Amino acid sequence: MTSEIIRTEHVVKTFTVDKKAHSVLKDVNLSIETGEIFGIIGYSGAGKSTLVRCFNGIEKANEGSIFFEGQNIVGLKSRELRAIRRKIGMIFQQFNLMPSRTVFGNIALPLKHSGLSKQQINKRITELLELVDLPDKRDAYPSQLSGGQKQRVAIARALVNHPKILLCDEATSALDPKTTKSILYLLKKLNKELGLTIVVITHEMSVVKEICQKVSVLDKGKIIEHGDVYSVFSNPQQELTRSFIETTSALGSVKALIETQSPVVQLQPGQLLLKISYTTSSVSEPLISYISRTFHVDANIVFGDIQILSGNPLGGLIVILSGQKSAIDRALEYVKQRHVAVEVLNHG
Amino acid sequence: MDNVLQFLLPNVSQVMDEFYLSIIQTLQMVFVSGVISFVLSLIIGIVLISTRKGGILANSFVFNLFDKLINLFRSIPFIILIAALIPLTRLISGTAVGVQGTLFPLIVGITPFFSRQIESALSEVDDGLIESGIAMGLSSFQIIVSVYLKEGISSIVRVTTITVISLIGLTAIVGVVGGGGIGDFAIRYGYQQNQLDATYVSIIVLLIFVSIVQILGTFISKKTTH
Ligand SMILES: Nc1ncnc2c1ncn2[C@@H]1O[C@H](COP(=O)(O)OP(=O)(O)OP(=O)(O)O)[C@@H](O)[C@H]1O
Ligand SMILES: [Mg+2]
Repeated sequence: MTSEIIRTEHVVKTFTVDKKAHSVLKDVNLSIETGEIFGIIGYSGAGKSTLVRCFNGIEKANEGSIFFEGQNIVGLKSRELRAIRRKIGMIFQQFNLMPSRTVFGNIALPLKHSGLSKQQINKRITELLELVDLPDKRDAYPSQLSGGQKQRVAIARALVNHPKILLCDEATSALDPKTTKSILYLLKKLNKELGLTIVVITHEMSVVKEICQKVSVLDKGKIIEHGDVYSVFSNPQQELTRSFIETTSALGSVKALIETQSPVVQLQPGQLLLKISYTTSSVSEPLISYISRTFHVDANIVFGDIQILSGNPLGGLIVILSGQKSAIDRALEYVKQRHVAVEVLNHG
Repeated sequence: MDNVLQFLLPNVSQVMDEFYLSIIQTLQMVFVSGVISFVLSLIIGIVLISTRKGGILANSFVFNLFDKLINLFRSIPFIILIAALIPLTRLISGTAVGVQGTLFPLIVGITPFFSRQIESALSEVDDGLIESGIAMGLSSFQIIVSVYLKEGISSIVRVTTITVISLIGLTAIVGVVGGGGIGDFAIRYGYQQNQLDATYVSIIVLLIFVSIVQILGTFISKKTTH
């Protein structure tokens, strides 16, 4: 039995710049459950940061409701909002560590006026530095840390008040791929070990793929697609979602190969260039060898990209099929019957 | 020693006591008006930065009020400001002459400039830091103290240095209007009695003041940068 930690209903946010109204969020409805890693993906300017800032009231929604643990935070007084904010951790793309404070001072900052004793603060910070794997950086200044280390300190600072949820606004966008992986791994660990709910804002589908269980696609202030990550990846409904997914798969590059007339995808007369996409468990069938045996066609695998997502295979193959036209037709017919998506990319 | 002094400063050596007094007076003017103006400017700078558009306590009425007042005062040349303030100075300080009489016009003269400097120093604090302070659940007061002032400290020291140097310049002007201090000394002996050594020695004293302030400022500013 899971419970909702954040729920938005008909959230609308409009900015007025020079007397002109820009609507940035238009009727956003979503529900985030306790303990999940929830991705919100969208291109720059889609309103992702604005949306996540509405969650802790840094930005005030003009219309609609935002429930945090059942309490509507829209219209709360600033003192009540501050109490809510202490239950919501937040990290940023630019880390936002205080340059004039040490790692210790940064992590201790949210504890100001918390009433904790020196020893209690000390103990808590030692715990957190252990948790984010930076035990020996306690007295370093932010300027002495790498990007990944800075983000770890920011995570420790965000967790110091034992929040229920962590909001990550492009938390890995300023990091190199390897550091990104290590931060995502840390987030996963926090999710597992502390049961921390995590909201991940990103424009990189690879981040969603790496750690999220659910994803919402935000476009021009609206959620255009939502679902668990596997079903969104395996069966995207919107063009935008598809283009995000293509960035994570080598299969997307076949279009460029066709356009540049690469010899890899050059066809002889009668040949077909196919993209075979697997969904759910179909990948385990010996499809290629079966059709070549049964229908006497030759299947030349140009390249493939199959990954395991949420424990299920996802991806496909780029194949050149050659043989008698009737044999090819029958092979295609068979493949379609197996609920495998086939797309003819090019004819020879 | 006395002979050397007499040779180098034939005129000034006749009025050594007055010369020393003028140095003390300048120090008093700079110190007292500087400290009071620093406190006022810090408050006004904080008001400006917090009430500006998008600030933590955004309030366009308060912002515009202070903004316009500062512009108004900054547009009045200092020497005219001193004259205009004389009745008010008498009311507040009891006199419009002497060190006591210079403090009020000095404070009124430097605070608008100082406030702008502080405002610009505080606006150098990254908005992201403010945002993360808000996200942590800090109150506006805590953000001012723990983020704006703490993170802005090295910029505040830098602009304070600039301001104190300007203030030293103003003390020389205010001296002319019956205030005392090095400026007054230079005008009375150097200019009016054409004793060049008085002018030069005044310049050297001011130069030393400015250098000390500059060196101190740079040193503290470096110390507070991490
Ligand atoms: N304070 C503001 N005042 C006016 N317009 C704003 C403000 N904040 C955001 N916007 C506008 O709202 C839109 C969405 O901004 P937002 O920062 O939420 O986008 P985003 O999806 O996070 O983009 P990015 O990936 O670039 O961070 C943008 O067009 C931006 O210009
Ligand atoms: Mg953003």
